[in-house]
Amino acid sequence: MGKAKKVKHDVDVLEKCPTGIKGLDEITKGGLPRGRPTLICGSAGSGKTLFAMEFLMRGAMDYGEPGVFMSFEETQEDLAKNFISLGFDLNDMMSRGLIATDHVRIERGEIEETGEYDLEGLFIRLENAIDSVGAKRVVLDTIEALFSGLSNTAILRAELRRLFHWLKDRGMTAIVTGESGDKTLTRYGLEEYVADCVIFLDFRIVEQISTRRLRIVKYRGSSHGADEYPFLIDDTGLSILPITSLGLDYPVSTERISTGIPKLDTMLEGKGFYRGGTVLVSGTAGTGKTSLSATFANAACLRGERCLYFAFEESPSQIIRNMGSIGMDLAQWVKKGLLRFHSARPSLYGLEMHLVTFHKVINEFDPQIFIIDPISNLTSAGTTSEVKSILTRLVDYLKMKKITTFLTDLTHFGGSLEHTSEEISSLIDTWLLLRDIELNGERNRGLYILKSRGMAHSNQIQEFLLTNQGIGLVDIYTGSGEVLTGSARAAQEAREKASELTCRREAERRLREQERKRKALEEKIAALRAEFDAETEEVHLIAEEEQKRQAILSEDRLEMGYLRKGKHPTVPQSAREKRAKGE
Amino acid sequence: MMTYRKRGGAKPDSTEEIWNLRLYVAGQTSKSIAAFANLKNICEKHLAGKYRIEVIDLLKNPQLAKGDQIIAVPTLVRKLPEPLKKIIGDLANTERVLVGLDIRAA
Repeated sequence: MGKAKKVKHDVDVLEKCPTGIKGLDEITKGGLPRGRPTLICGSAGSGKTLFAMEFLMRGAMDYGEPGVFMSFEETQEDLAKNFISLGFDLNDMMSRGLIATDHVRIERGEIEETGEYDLEGLFIRLENAIDSVGAKRVVLDTIEALFSGLSNTAILRAELRRLFHWLKDRGMTAIVTGESGDKTLTRYGLEEYVADCVIFLDFRIVEQISTRRLRIVKYRGSSHGADEYPFLIDDTGLSILPITSLGLDYPVSTERISTGIPKLDTMLEGKGFYRGGTVLVSGTAGTGKTSLSATFANAACLRGERCLYFAFEESPSQIIRNMGSIGMDLAQWVKKGLLRFHSARPSLYGLEMHLVTFHKVINEFDPQIFIIDPISNLTSAGTTSEVKSILTRLVDYLKMKKITTFLTDLTHFGGSLEHTSEEISSLIDTWLLLRDIELNGERNRGLYILKSRGMAHSNQIQEFLLTNQGIGLVDIYTGSGEVLTGSARAAQEAREKASELTCRREAERRLREQERKRKALEEKIAALRAEFDAETEEVHLIAEEEQKRQAILSEDRLEMGYLRKGKHPTVPQSAREKRAKGE
Repeated sequence: MMTYRKRGGAKPDSTEEIWNLRLYVAGQTSKSIAAFANLKNICEKHLAGKYRIEVIDLLKNPQLAKGDQIIAVPTLVRKLPEPLKKIIGDLANTERVLVGLDIRAA
């Protein structure tokens, strides 16, 4: 086999050629094998030509590698139109000498074959084109047309083999496209010649929803992702989703961010959600999920963060209008470029396409906050297990990028409130539940925290109010052994207030009474004390009188003694004198 | 530059138009030499005096390959009379060349 004879001197490290196609370089760990041909195969309409085009254009614009597009099917005018659809101006690139094209037209009816020939004409044209721009990249789209144009396949095969060797010798990183066959990768077995790298593009339609997938069939000398990767073609080219599932080794943040509702922050340790966490809000229709997510978005924008809002139920203008009714001006954030809405019907395309879209927009906008409202609508585009797998990939990806994710989930009436969310519960860090509380002929909203990983959180059910100043949370009435909400709560509160007032008045009255009594008592005490004091004084006076009287009496008695004995007392003399002086 | 090698009868018949043939080759390979020899034989035999052969060497004029959509060499192109016809190969099979050039009905 000629394949086995391929010279491989440059095998030490396989150099790679970045394609610039979003996601592809990650799957291939650097790009396509440099200086070698790569086969892109797939059915009609699978995106082979667009793939090849973008490879060429990115090379010329972003990597300084001019390219040659040799088309076997489309004329240069058609090519230019196709390029424009991806946002590339082929004619401009050609006039700047970055791209050369050559349309090879083969009409079987025009050609008669007689005897020996080779395809040197093709080689010469290719070489001429390569030399004209100094090309490093070559696209042959699709070389299989030769098989339908020429009948001598023995010559063709030999020449194709020579062509690929020739491209390798010139160090061209080439893309060869080929239509897939029934049992083989390509109808004419091109994979036999291009042994280094084969990429298969698939285009499937399941239940009227189309999904494009890409698979690297082989990549000699390099490890590569082996899964089927969904991809998207839009006006900016191809986007391939590089991941199927990431590990659980993403970094975590301890930073907390506000929910936009002070009371809800309080319920979450007073700090709110963890940055980079995943928040799920589930509830039945009309419980305020969108209002809650808009409030969160509003708070993020107030902090100057960028917020990406995927709306699957409403148009952006409708959300902006509706949130205006609860006192939020979201339009200002859109204008400032902090908030970006992305509205689409979930059934617009398949689940994986949604995932690719998420990725693409996330990479473009680089938000800190990512909101999907609601995820339950995605189930209309796939089965529950598919939704789970998509969300797992998405959540892993967002966690890796430290983007706080806010998902809402519409649960259905009648069913268990937690039921539909069970599938994804394990992915969720903080789970808020909004529910109806029907009581006394009215319906009110209640909010509680079902779980919140890594923080102490309130176990209270709060009544959830939508006012024209935004969202309010009110403690639910839980006194006298019953739970009351809405007007019943208000009435009960009024009743309580009234009875409380009466009690307070009674207490005040008693206090005043007591005060009065105290005063009366004190007055009485004062009177008694005054009486007592008066008595005491009198007693003192009497005692003094008595003392004086006693003194006089004893003096008189002495004097009387003297007088009786005729003896003049010596000592008491002074006393007597004193008395005589009137002291 | 183009390598013109005009051949054929010096006095073309005025009632019939000139056959304008172009042979694309890539260098002096055995195939191109054989093709030219075969072509000359056929023309002398069937189109004596009313043909003109132009040989184009693509190695010298690579840009000319695009115009006539040449991929294989040797390629014989019948420019005139219309419509354009192409025969690829070394023209060893005379019958097929005659059919291909519409000199003889198939």
